[in-house]
Amino acid sequence: MAGYYDPEDLERFAEIGKASPELWGKFSAWYGSVFAPGALTQREKALIALAVAHAVQCPYCIDAYTQESLAQGADIRQMTEAVHVAAAIRGGASLVHGMQMRHTAGRLSLEHEE
Amino acid sequence: MDTLTASLSLEEAVTVAFEQRVARAGEWPIAALPPAVLQMNLGYRCNQRCAHCHVDASPERAEEMPWAVMQAALEFAGRSRIIEFDLTGGAPELHPHFRQLIERIKAQGGHVTDRCNLTILTEAREQDLPRFLAAHRVRVMASLPHHSCEMTDRVRGDHAFARSLAGLRALNAAGHGFPGTGLELVLVVNPSGAFLLASQESLEADFRAALARHGVVFTRLIALANMPIGRFLRFLIESGNLARYMRRLEASFNAATVPNLMCRTTLSLGWNGTLYDCDFNQALGLAIGNGESAHIRSATSDELTGRAVRCRSHCYGCTAGQGSSCTGAVAA
Repeated sequence: MAGYYDPEDLERFAEIGKASPELWGKFSAWYGSVFAPGALTQREKALIALAVAHAVQCPYCIDAYTQESLAQGADIRQMTEAVHVAAAIRGGASLVHGMQMRHTAGRLSLEHEE
Repeated sequence: MDTLTASLSLEEAVTVAFEQRVARAGEWPIAALPPAVLQMNLGYRCNQRCAHCHVDASPERAEEMPWAVMQAALEFAGRSRIIEFDLTGGAPELHPHFRQLIERIKAQGGHVTDRCNLTILTEAREQDLPRFLAAHRVRVMASLPHHSCEMTDRVRGDHAFARSLAGLRALNAAGHGFPGTGLELVLVVNPSGAFLLASQESLEADFRAALARHGVVFTRLIALANMPIGRFLRFLIESGNLARYMRRLEASFNAATVPNLMCRTTLSLGWNGTLYDCDFNQALGLAIGNGESAHIRSATSDELTGRAVRCRSHCYGCTAGQGSSCTGAVAA
């Protein structure tokens, strides 16, 4: 294997089910239901999946949901905005933990009393 | 890259030949029914040079259907009781006899579909074309890659989206696309790359909402697959997408599409009078019959009925998912 990620593996995903068909079957059925049209459209779900794919930094998922977003009629601006949402949440998640830093620093630091 | 090299690459990219795949589904050979639609390719000249065009149309192409072939087509349709005429190209409107042909078709009781790229309607000499199309009750099948400017211009070139909107507005102004007028304005959407589109229904809702913001209405939308031939095939090869695209088409093969394939009821007429099973075979030079070209002058409906349609790997493009044809999906 030339590297950890092989693009061909995306199309071979179902091979995971060989060693555990029952669990794969349940996962596949649930996965299919998740992406079926519901209160959200398939395009909205594809864009959410695209954003999450970037948040979890899964190259297979980025590949798959870039294709799916295009197939569902999304344009490059909508897809870019979805990625920005993921980036904002990731960035915000880091930044908001700064409050923990502030609390900890506060506990550890001497403070002049009037 | 020459056409032969590209075609060989296509055949190598397929794991199971189309003919075998259809045979496994018990549908081979694909036998033609009596022709119901005559699709006339008036020539390959076009005001655009779209990245997905399967006939390599462009402003430089000079092929043009002679009037004698048009007359032969009208005679053939008359003796074959065909009343549906589907005019395509290139940009069919650029043909000098385009309007004359429509008048003759209408005079013999035919119905006309114009496959329009929309931007042609903004050319100075075509300003009155929407009124002509409306007056002759022509159904307009208007191609538009996407409802966003960026996606459309990427496929069709700078300003194509703005010009397409202008074309749609001109058609609306003449009555096309409004319920109750009987003037159909059908949007034809091709994927803007190496992927397949989702269902027509969801795309139609998106396009309807997006174009309404531009003050445009239309009758309905159909989604087509890009055929792996011509300019699009070269793109697939050069971008490294060919193998994956063909695997996708193969994996999406749907046997339920076969009985309703366009090639069973539509005849494709080349600019020089040669008959083909479809416009894609025309682009590949695969004339009707086993290599012997059939000419519109001598063709009869009886001889054409029951013939085996000539298939190659590109036919996977018509059988993927809900199927694809010049009139949209062919299976539920």
